[in-house]
Amino acid sequence: MTPFALLQAAEHANKLDYLPEPPSGMAWFLMTLVKMLLIFTLYMVGVMYVIWAERRICAFIQDRLGPNRVGWQGLLQSIADGVKNIMKEETYPGQAYLPLFILAPAISFTSALLTWAVIPWAAPWASKWGTLDMALAPMPIGFIYTIAIGSLGVYGIVLAGWASNNKYSLLGGLRSSAQMISYEIVMGMAIIPVLLLAGNVSLSEIVKQQAGWGLHWNVLSCTVAFIFFMVSAFAETNRLPFDLPEAESELVAGYHSEYSAMKFSMFFIAEYANMMTASALMATLFFGGWDIPFTLWDNVAPHTLIKTLLTFGFFWAKILFFVFVFIWIRWTLPRFRYDQLMALGWKFMLPTSLAYIMVIATASLIMQWVGILPDSWKFAVGMLGLNILLVVLIFGVIDRGRLISPAYSRLDKRNLDKLRRVRYDRARLEPATNEGGAD
Amino acid sequence: MAIGVKVLERPIAETSYVRAAVKGMALTLKHLLNGESVTYQYPEQKWGLSPRWRGTHRMLTTEDGKAKCVACGLCPTVCPANCIKLVPGEDENGNRYPLVFEIDEFRCIFCGYCQEVCPEEAIHLGRHYENSEYSREGFVYDLERLMAQTHPVSELWDPADPKGE
Repeated sequence: MTPFALLQAAEHANKLDYLPEPPSGMAWFLMTLVKMLLIFTLYMVGVMYVIWAERRICAFIQDRLGPNRVGWQGLLQSIADGVKNIMKEETYPGQAYLPLFILAPAISFTSALLTWAVIPWAAPWASKWGTLDMALAPMPIGFIYTIAIGSLGVYGIVLAGWASNNKYSLLGGLRSSAQMISYEIVMGMAIIPVLLLAGNVSLSEIVKQQAGWGLHWNVLSCTVAFIFFMVSAFAETNRLPFDLPEAESELVAGYHSEYSAMKFSMFFIAEYANMMTASALMATLFFGGWDIPFTLWDNVAPHTLIKTLLTFGFFWAKILFFVFVFIWIRWTLPRFRYDQLMALGWKFMLPTSLAYIMVIATASLIMQWVGILPDSWKFAVGMLGLNILLVVLIFGVIDRGRLISPAYSRLDKRNLDKLRRVRYDRARLEPATNEGGAD
Repeated sequence: MAIGVKVLERPIAETSYVRAAVKGMALTLKHLLNGESVTYQYPEQKWGLSPRWRGTHRMLTTEDGKAKCVACGLCPTVCPANCIKLVPGEDENGNRYPLVFEIDEFRCIFCGYCQEVCPEEAIHLGRHYENSEYSREGFVYDLERLMAQTHPVSELWDPADPKGE
């Protein structure tokens, strides 16, 4: 047998995998409770250390050291900050609308947390009480749920901006609503090729479809969608280069200008929690979820505890990798102008992602028509080739000052002529004064 | 508004956002992996001070442990911040000495005039800057405290050797 034939056989065996029934009654309840506590704790501790990691990494990037005093290498810095923020005085602006002012950070915070309920974070464990699905709520509408909850996050920011009764906060809130609505559409569009390939919106089904050697990971078969998803995830989490809602240099601190102490901390935690959620989604949708690459061992029975723990470790490694990418990009790229942000979202990413859906759907259909099944290696390789071609085309050939128009890019000849005409007309209508300023 | 903006004709390769971004990310990664930190770990690690650094005052003493000050009154006169309090006294041999000599380090602007004007080379500024206190009163250094300082004194600027070589 050739290696490819072996691979195919193994992948076929994978689909016939048998799992016992999930537990019921009291066992189910207790298990869910344990899972909830476990994932909440891990998530919060994770956020704590991601904040620390961000501060250390940004320091290293800028040739500094970062917080290294509290605990070994500064590992307890976030605890110290948390204690400080709890002890600090809560201030309430006199003209703020208090109910919403207090509610807003809570909305931001909870919506960031809620998404984690559906993310499968390890291989199922066939325990003696029955199969344990390693997601809190293995919902059949998984992905739609994440999109819906993700959209809730914007309410926190907009309400914070509005309830503060501060013009900078309001501007930050407005910007964030515009940004989030624009990029949520792109995010939804970017995900459709993945859903097409999986034929399902349940996250555990999407992971199952990608299971195997790593060849079926959606990042290889939907690369462009992955890039778009990543860009819109940056926009959704308000991270640089999309941090227009905060924009220190323009809006003081944007939507959270008026917040202090623990309420500010909640926004801060929410930002990092969102970042981890986006990373987890990227890992789940495009990088095979908890799948361990280059081996089939993790995808086949028996589903022992050790397998669950190892895949859990791999899933976290993937999350942390994306968190690192988030941090890395934040400390490299400067903030977009508002028009660049809107142009990128509406004029480039939305139409391109729509076209990409067509391309992927067509390619998938043609390959199936020729007789290449979606779970065969030929299908994956064909998709990979197509994607390499498209990536080179979009980011190598088309990207010539068109994706994001920099200040120094060439102005379109027509626009330049139009602008010159306007100037000429205005000069004719209003006789020039010596005050200057018009130019 | 955009009319007055001068549009530069750039080579087309420079207008690619993706390429510029990737380049920038390579640079930051290089710094992340083997960037050398410029941070001074302050309490343990300190900058060297210039020999002309003007910090906390010192009153120099004679060999028998008395302040060199003769209470001539030049330093409180020249002090632009008015931070030196001097009450002169005289002993039975007719030697003048300061009864009270206080410097408010909180008021002091560390101009160094007192050191320049002192005929006895008694009051000096020093190469020292770590003086923190819990109260404003703590910054008023009396004669004893000024004499007890041990840090090196700052050098005066020499017009004949302006660069201190």
